Amino acid sequence: MNQPEESGANGGGKPGQYYSYGIPYLSISDYPGKLLAIEGTDGVGRSTQIRLLREWLEVQGYGVIETGWTRSELMSPTIDLAKSSNTLNKLTFVLLYATDFADRLEKEIIPALKAGFIVLSDRYIFTALARAGVRGVDRTWIRNLYGFGIAPHLVFYLRIDAKTLIRRVLQSRGMDYWESGMDMKLGDDIYESFRAYQRALLKEYASMSDEFSFRVLDARRRVEVIQDELRRQIAGFLAEPDSPAPIATKSE
Amino acid sequence: MEGIDGSGKTTQLALLAKWLKAAGHPVFQTEWNSSALVKAATKTGKKKNALTPMTFSLLHATDFADRLLYNVIPPLKAGMIVLADRYTYTAFARDAARGVDRRWVRELYSFAVKPDLAVYFRVPIDVSLDRLLARRVKLKFYEAGMDMGWSSQPLESFRIFQGKVLDEYDRLVDEYGLSLVNAAGSITDQQRVFRRLVSQHLEIAHHDDLVDESA
Repeated sequence: MNQPEESGANGGGKPGQYYSYGIPYLSISDYPGKLLAIEGTDGVGRSTQIRLLREWLEVQGYGVIETGWTRSELMSPTIDLAKSSNTLNKLTFVLLYATDFADRLEKEIIPALKAGFIVLSDRYIFTALARAGVRGVDRTWIRNLYGFGIAPHLVFYLRIDAKTLIRRVLQSRGMDYWESGMDMKLGDDIYESFRAYQRALLKEYASMSDEFSFRVLDARRRVEVIQDELRRQIAGFLAEPDSPAPIATKSE
Repeated sequence: MEGIDGSGKTTQLALLAKWLKAAGHPVFQTEWNSSALVKAATKTGKKKNALTPMTFSLLHATDFADRLLYNVIPPLKAGMIVLADRYTYTAFARDAARGVDRRWVRELYSFAVKPDLAVYFRVPIDVSLDRLLARRVKLKFYEAGMDMGWSSQPLESFRIFQGKVLDEYDRLVDEYGLSLVNAAGSITDQQRVFRRLVSQHLEIAHHDDLVDESA
């Protein structure tokens, strides 16, 4: 067993491997699948990009599975309940998300990777790290917590500036309590709170870019332009020798 | 208060609380895995036997965090004696017995308040089983470690799983300086030892009160 030089998810980890201690009873060596994460705040167009990527990959014959944040069967109802009652404090917030992630990791992501799928993750642990960081949760502690996670082969970060982001969110779904950071009591004015919170989030993401080797994409451009760049980078990665072959060239 | 199921620690805790209250100490009790927040998820997970060792561990940590912030820290700040029926050591022992990384669990719980006194009621498995079966307690799926698939017989599974838990507790005694009570002894004998351990800490608390008043 490799002893990690730094504990937890501190330092980014080796692509495709556990960040740190991992899950000792679940060995993940030599699986054929790939884990690709698309990160970014709300309103940067992650789900559109993922839908297009999936289409493109499936046409080439790759098996694709999508996973999202807080979508596990086990935890979704509890997280929804806790959010609606506003009783969550930052620590339980963090731990509920980590439980949800563990459930999806063990039951969806790892089995899919072992079965040779390309897993497209709509958000990954960085969402949790950013939200917790903004809320003042100890950075080392939360990185240790997520030390059971798998470092993705590629992380794309769809970057946007605060001004554009705020306008997009207002245009689409509007502000909600949590995305406005109202639990942080930044002020009574929901717009001011929302702005301060989103700015702080963007700062957290920026500080993680180097730590976790994000491939940063400018999300203010047109959907097709971003998609082209994603495809170019993913195609390059999949062309590497240890990647799964598309169905058309599969020999066995 | 720590110990495996059937160690009698809940009985001991109740007797201790009576004694403390009779002596005029304000007491607050909190119990492992009892927060309303995670009850729904734990229940669903347990009913479907859908919990993995990792989600089992994290759900209990979530419960613990919730209780720490609502049921442990506020009463402590209010000057009460908090009696916790199980604490972080339960997680250290059980999660490690289920194959979760020991270092990871310890780091996970590093946000916890270190107890002034941690008492471990140590009991052999046969004694704990006799007590549980005498009360006609049906061995629960997760407490018997049935989720690990080591045996399809609840009794046998309980023995294997709780045996591993006992081994983990033994490590913790040294690592965290847990105070030992021989839980195979009579209820009165155990309570005598328990009260002696606790009273050492009450003298210090009493002294602090005097300092406070003069300040």
